[in-house]
Amino acid sequence: MNKNEKLSQEPSMKQFNKGNIHSIETLGAFDGPGIRYVIFFQGCPFQCQYCHNRDTWTTNENQLMSVSEILNDYQKYQKFYSNGGITASGGDPILQLEFLIELFKEAKQKGIHTCLDTAASCYNPKNIDQYKELLLYTDLVLLDIKHIDSNQHKIITGFKNDYVLMFACLLDELNIDVIIRHVLVPTLTDSIEDLIKLRQFVDQLKNVVNIEILPYHTKGRMKWEQLGLDYPLKDIKEPTQDEIKKASHILRDGYHFNKQ
Amino acid sequence: MNAWRDFKNGSWENEINVRNFMIANYEEYLGDSSFLVGPTENSTKLNKQFFDLLKLEKENGGTLGMDTDVVSSMTSHGPGYIDKDLEKIVGLQTDAPFKRAFHPYGGINVAYKAAKAYGYEIDPTMLHIFSAYRKTHNQGVFDVYSPEIRNARRTGIITGLPDGYGRGRIIGDYRRVALYGVDALIADKNKQKEYYMSLVMNEKNIRLCEEIQDQIVALNEFVKMGDIYGFDLRQPAKNAYEAIQWTYFGYLAAVKEQNGAAMSLGRTASFLDIYIQRDIKEGIINEIDAQELIDHFIMKLRMVRFARTPEYNELFTGDPTWVTESLAGLTNDGRSWVTKTTFRYLQTLYNLGTSAEPNLTILWSDELPESFKKFCAKVSIDTSSIQYENDEQMRPTHGDDYGIACCVSPMEIGKEMQFFGARANLAKALLYALNGGRDEIKGTQVGPESDVLKADVLDYDVVMKRYDDMLTWLAKVYVSALNIIHYMHDKYAYEAIQMAFHNAEVIRNFATGVAGLSVVADSLSAIKYAKVKPIYDERGLINDFEISGDFPCYGNNDDRVDMLAVDIVNRFMNKIRAQYTYRESIPTMSILTITSNVVYGKKTGNTPDGRRKGEPFAPGANPMHGRDKSGALKSLLSVSKIPCESCQDGISNTFTLVPQALGKSLESADGFTYEGEIKLDNLVSILDGYFRNNGYHLNVNIMNKETLQDAYEHPEKYPNLTIRVSGYAVNFANLTNEQKREVIARTFHETV
Repeated sequence: MNKNEKLSQEPSMKQFNKGNIHSIETLGAFDGPGIRYVIFFQGCPFQCQYCHNRDTWTTNENQLMSVSEILNDYQKYQKFYSNGGITASGGDPILQLEFLIELFKEAKQKGIHTCLDTAASCYNPKNIDQYKELLLYTDLVLLDIKHIDSNQHKIITGFKNDYVLMFACLLDELNIDVIIRHVLVPTLTDSIEDLIKLRQFVDQLKNVVNIEILPYHTKGRMKWEQLGLDYPLKDIKEPTQDEIKKASHILRDGYHFNKQ
Repeated sequence: MNAWRDFKNGSWENEINVRNFMIANYEEYLGDSSFLVGPTENSTKLNKQFFDLLKLEKENGGTLGMDTDVVSSMTSHGPGYIDKDLEKIVGLQTDAPFKRAFHPYGGINVAYKAAKAYGYEIDPTMLHIFSAYRKTHNQGVFDVYSPEIRNARRTGIITGLPDGYGRGRIIGDYRRVALYGVDALIADKNKQKEYYMSLVMNEKNIRLCEEIQDQIVALNEFVKMGDIYGFDLRQPAKNAYEAIQWTYFGYLAAVKEQNGAAMSLGRTASFLDIYIQRDIKEGIINEIDAQELIDHFIMKLRMVRFARTPEYNELFTGDPTWVTESLAGLTNDGRSWVTKTTFRYLQTLYNLGTSAEPNLTILWSDELPESFKKFCAKVSIDTSSIQYENDEQMRPTHGDDYGIACCVSPMEIGKEMQFFGARANLAKALLYALNGGRDEIKGTQVGPESDVLKADVLDYDVVMKRYDDMLTWLAKVYVSALNIIHYMHDKYAYEAIQMAFHNAEVIRNFATGVAGLSVVADSLSAIKYAKVKPIYDERGLINDFEISGDFPCYGNNDDRVDMLAVDIVNRFMNKIRAQYTYRESIPTMSILTITSNVVYGKKTGNTPDGRRKGEPFAPGANPMHGRDKSGALKSLLSVSKIPCESCQDGISNTFTLVPQALGKSLESADGFTYEGEIKLDNLVSILDGYFRNNGYHLNVNIMNKETLQDAYEHPEKYPNLTIRVSGYAVNFANLTNEQKREVIARTFHETV
């Protein structure tokens, strides 16, 4: 991790009136309900070995956009989003917490459905008030739990998962709809014991509306290579349909989803 | 048995008014598709015979026989069948399946060439009769074409004019046959004739009286056509079976009489539904019977064939007949026209397999029942065989009982018709503007003569001034040609039976069209925002361009260039409006190319947007291939800016999404998608969004480039792959290789 990236792990007030945006996808069909306007935030402290958006890690300035610029742009496409809304993805959007709060607050005022796609990468209970404010304006959280085992989590992302799980509990406490996501990477995140442990954790939550298994894919590899980087998971294959089914069986079968 | 038993009363009983009958009697269906049934054993058997014949037709060089000495009429042939014992709905254009008829009235030379192309010789006596004694449409047109029009036609600045083939794009109200029976229609025509004969006998009324008389003669002949098959068409249909058969016969009469470019069906589903629901209530038929009747009807519509020349086939490939059936839409009282039979029509794509014909067209509105919208999305995802048009754009102008003729042309059934006008090549006109009216390929003087533009770098204002003048000239030549064509068509190839299923006085739309819009928009954008240096050839003409710098391209929701497209459309439409149009017709315009964008491109030199000589244009109003780089929605929004007010005849957009872009979903065991899943909802959102943004028309293809690539290389693996091209569907295997490559080169929108 370079110095610049390290500094940015702490949400800072720097430039919070403008977001550092990697890119925008106007036809998002994967991150939240309906067709969505997906804002990929620039910057992520996690360094997941299988990251498919490697180019979003750095916090170097990309495209600076204000809340009103984003929402004005959203408006151009809003007629496509009657069952959708905005999704903040990345990167990890909570790295730009103040900007994100401002964006979601403004969006909610306009009646837009807001969805946060996060791995809780830089959640820290000492900023809990700010997070509580953010969640006031958040309709749905897609929470990606990279690994239930803290040490494994550290191997994959560079960080332990204590705060990630605390964030999941905070969402539960505030009764925010959440979709738990888990990237299924053969040999890395697919052991039966770990999946059972993950299920046991999710079983304690009352606010989960869905559990999604994201099968690992190799499409992100190109982005690493374009950046001149070595792809860490060269030898790992995509999971088979059978493996996906097995994981789904463990994580989803008989789960009492919170229907709202 | 009383044919009208249990029908609710209305003015339809005292006048010819099918819409009024429907409004009073139809049952809107708000449920889902779970009531639908698969094909019967008979249908499957019959369908197999149909596909065997189709294969045979292909192996036989494209036809299974052709008439050379019998002039096609409603009574020219004895009955024809595929398999009489299995067919519920009967009637063929000739006496054998896929045997093509001889239609000389559009032009004897054209009929001769068409036959020749398939290896047949027209009987010499026929050639003599239609040269010496009976003038044809084509002859009439060429008698009065000016040298200027001939030149414009030769170089292809105006292409596809219906001067050598039937104009088509007229929809008879074939439902009238079923509801009223022919006796009542004849009585009505006699009354009208009597009225017009009582007026001052000016040219207009004389013509009208003669036409009504021709219609009466045609209706009498139509009764005989029914007799040939053993049906008494003089009486109204008494049940669903007869209602479908009678309606089909109305349509069949039209395709026996006319070899028109587009011979569309209209809006029959919810009309027939009234009969089907009555029969079901009376216990005469059940759902299986109902679907079987519809399946057999639709199979017949898939069998329509015409003898056409190689030039025609090059423009409009894959034997299109545009048996367009318009489905759904709203009524003026705010209900939707969706009935169970609307679903049954779509179900034929599963029961009989995907197909290009009939051209099933959904008239879309936000207010359509959600379950129906989802079913449409499912059909699109599974078959890529249907298209969508914006009911909210058309209903205010054409009422709630209009149908689409051909691809995108709306007209009120039985009350409006159109003079089909093919299209003018706006990209070539831009090159003419630069080259002082000389053709960039042939070098000949076609447009008004002026000097070739001399410049180091093209100046936007200078170019626009010259372009504007050139468009003024083009509008005049183009409209003159169309006036001639439709005058002569009325005179020598009048559509008596189709017009017999219209009111006496109809509204006529004068349907011009343009091609090359995205090429022009991007070219003007290049000239305005980048540096475009003209390159002169040895003839002193500009024949290439050197472009330096970036410029915005149409298709990325960038107003800088999208507004150039809007300006050109408005500008050209106003120039059309300034012309005299034949027979008090209302000038309209479409942006639609069908497959002719390939031929247009072939005939057009290098353009200032960087497109190379001979490269295909984008289809219809689409952005150029691969230039709409910023995503599907931006591409859709650019096209939706084209103002419908200036394009009352339609704005065609062909849209291809890879299935993965619609979200996650599982397939069912039979390979079709589930209803109620994410992809369906997302496709519905895209359609809702496009039409809420005033989009006009959308062809939806859901497929991968790899599939098409594979179908290109291994056609035998995909005998029935149907795709939507501009405004219609076609069997991919029937396209020319050139057109296949063009389709593959189009933008496939995807997101990962």
